[in-house]
Amino acid sequence: MVRFTYTNRYPRDANSTVRYKVLEVIDLTLCRGARPVLSGLHFAVAPGRCLQVLGANGSGKTTLLRALCGLLEIDGGAFRWKGGPVEPRSPEFQKELVYLGHDPPLKGDLSVAENLRFAAVMRGIPRLRRGEAVSAALREADASRFADRLARSLSAGQRRRVALALLCLAPAPIWLLDEPVTHLDTTGLALVTRLIEGHLQRSGLVIAATHQDLGLPSQARDELVLSRRAA
Amino acid sequence: MDWTWFHRLASPPHIYRVAGTLTPWFAWPAGLLIVSALYAGLFLAPPDYQQGEGFRMIYVHAPSAWLSVMIYGVMATAAAVGLIWRMKVAHAAAASCAAIGASFTFVSLVTGMLWGKPMWGTYWVWDPRLTAQLVLLFLYLGYMALRSGIDDLGRADRASAVLAIIGVVNLPIIRYSVEWWNSIHQAPSVMKMERPSMPFDMLAPLLMMLLGFTLMFAAVMLVRVRAEVLRRERGASWVKEVVS
Amino acid sequence: MSAWAGVLWRDLRLAFRRPGQVVHPLAFFAVVALLFTLGYTPELGKLRQIAPGVLWVGALLASQLSLDGLFREDAEDGTLEQMVLSGQPVAALVLGKTAAHWVITGLPLTLMAPVVGFALGVPVAAMPGILCALALGTVSLSLIGAMGASLTLGVRRGGVLLSLLTLPLAVPVLIFGARATELAIAGEGLTGVLYLLGSLAVLALTLAPLAAAAAVRIGLE
Repeated sequence: MVRFTYTNRYPRDANSTVRYKVLEVIDLTLCRGARPVLSGLHFAVAPGRCLQVLGANGSGKTTLLRALCGLLEIDGGAFRWKGGPVEPRSPEFQKELVYLGHDPPLKGDLSVAENLRFAAVMRGIPRLRRGEAVSAALREADASRFADRLARSLSAGQRRRVALALLCLAPAPIWLLDEPVTHLDTTGLALVTRLIEGHLQRSGLVIAATHQDLGLPSQARDELVLSRRAA
Repeated sequence: MDWTWFHRLASPPHIYRVAGTLTPWFAWPAGLLIVSALYAGLFLAPPDYQQGEGFRMIYVHAPSAWLSVMIYGVMATAAAVGLIWRMKVAHAAAASCAAIGASFTFVSLVTGMLWGKPMWGTYWVWDPRLTAQLVLLFLYLGYMALRSGIDDLGRADRASAVLAIIGVVNLPIIRYSVEWWNSIHQAPSVMKMERPSMPFDMLAPLLMMLLGFTLMFAAVMLVRVRAEVLRRERGASWVKEVVS
Repeated sequence: MSAWAGVLWRDLRLAFRRPGQVVHPLAFFAVVALLFTLGYTPELGKLRQIAPGVLWVGALLASQLSLDGLFREDAEDGTLEQMVLSGQPVAALVLGKTAAHWVITGLPLTLMAPVVGFALGVPVAAMPGILCALALGTVSLSLIGAMGASLTLGVRRGGVLLSLLTLPLAVPVLIFGARATELAIAGEGLTGVLYLLGSLAVLALTLAPLAAAAAVRIGLE
């Protein structure tokens, strides 16, 4: 296990080797308003590894994930993916990742299956494969039994499971997960562990912001500790 | 192309200093021009053969109307620069434009109404220019309301920049449509605000006034940009040095 | 199915699960016409004179009603974020949502206008012209509204602000639309004005999705 500690003086790897499917973050600065939340952050995630982001509330875990997927504009620094520089807002990069925020992104007036089918349209899955992809994703997330219920009638834990089904919908190598195990029971937790392990075995990479133990073997897990900088 | 020089030029402390140095260079000529143009316009220029002394309102009305439109253009340009080159000083400039532009729009409306009283016999007539000015006032108010409605400064800057650009595209269309509307619903107006030719002793004060008002806008703008930059950078060390 | 069509179908499906979204603007439109009549005169001859204004101001205000939720609802439940992150062009998503807004409000308002117009003493012969004008005008109104809705995405209780932003921008649509209606009532040719309305719609169609897409990105931050 590599433990990156965010100290603002992490040595910069001048000639970082060009590795296949490595996500690198170089000298990242993020501000909220005029206040810098993170500055000079460096880390890298290799395929088959899960980076668990730790840090107190307000230390910038969510901000970091939202910047990685291009929802937030960055105030400095760069990202590299597969050895080349990448713009997080570019469609090419966004097709490579799935981001799940705190709350499962579901439309309450649509059924679970309809929600997933819409997500499949957005991900560009062709019409003929859509139904199959949706039912496979539901099976994988163990959510098939409430496929036809309206999303707003689900419990928090069930919604979480549907969110996991969204993860399985289209194969994207980068998973960005914000608090993926809240509201889940022990079987749900085991499911998350299984899904992440499967993803890592397919040489995907995961960045998860959570303090809970994801139950991953330590050889697949790295840690990034965000701590608010002393002035 | 390397834009670092551009950003260094636009760094807040640099802008603060430059704006401070430039302000008197605009403020003094503006004051001199306005005072002498007022004297020339109010006392030296002959009364109009149709409108009598009432026409002298033009010396305040026309420059305000001109500035109200020009400032919207300046604001949208600054907003676009801020949006494209992510220049915070440009956003600060756009933010300081809005209130000045709205004030000039308001002044042009009030002077237009005061001028209308002797001309039309009533304070308000749905004259195309007055109507367009009224719509412009709403555009300014919307811009300022949007800016104050968003808590996060960076987001407020960019959202209002998009609005300013939308507004500047719409402004000519709105003006054209309002004039078109007026031309349909009214017989060709007997009273034209400006006649094609104006004797020199009437025109000269007007031109001086236009220049004076524009310079005054520049001076006020510089002062406001300085204040805005200070407000935005209040945590920075250079501000503490300047203030203490 | 391309992204914008996907968004359009999803929003239509949602609207048919909550038919109020379609019905409320229509009822509002009818009430506005009723209030004008009660506030003015029951004489059809006089009402006919103000009918263009009533029809257009009514349609304009009614199309504003559902704007506030256009992007906000999707932003609140997180689905807007997912759409933006899907790698599809944001302008296409905005266009899909705006098209849905037009089908849900603009189109029903257009179809309802002859009924309201009839109550205001508008002759039947004027109806085709009024339908054309409103169909073109409401397209622009939906697009202008989408810009306003996306700009106020980050504003708490942005409803009133939304109207302040969009209504001045809708002035040209109102002017040309009311003029077209007036010509239609008078039985004169209105092709020229329809061209003007059409060119406004084309201009809005090309520029508004881009502006709204930029604003959506800013609003999601």
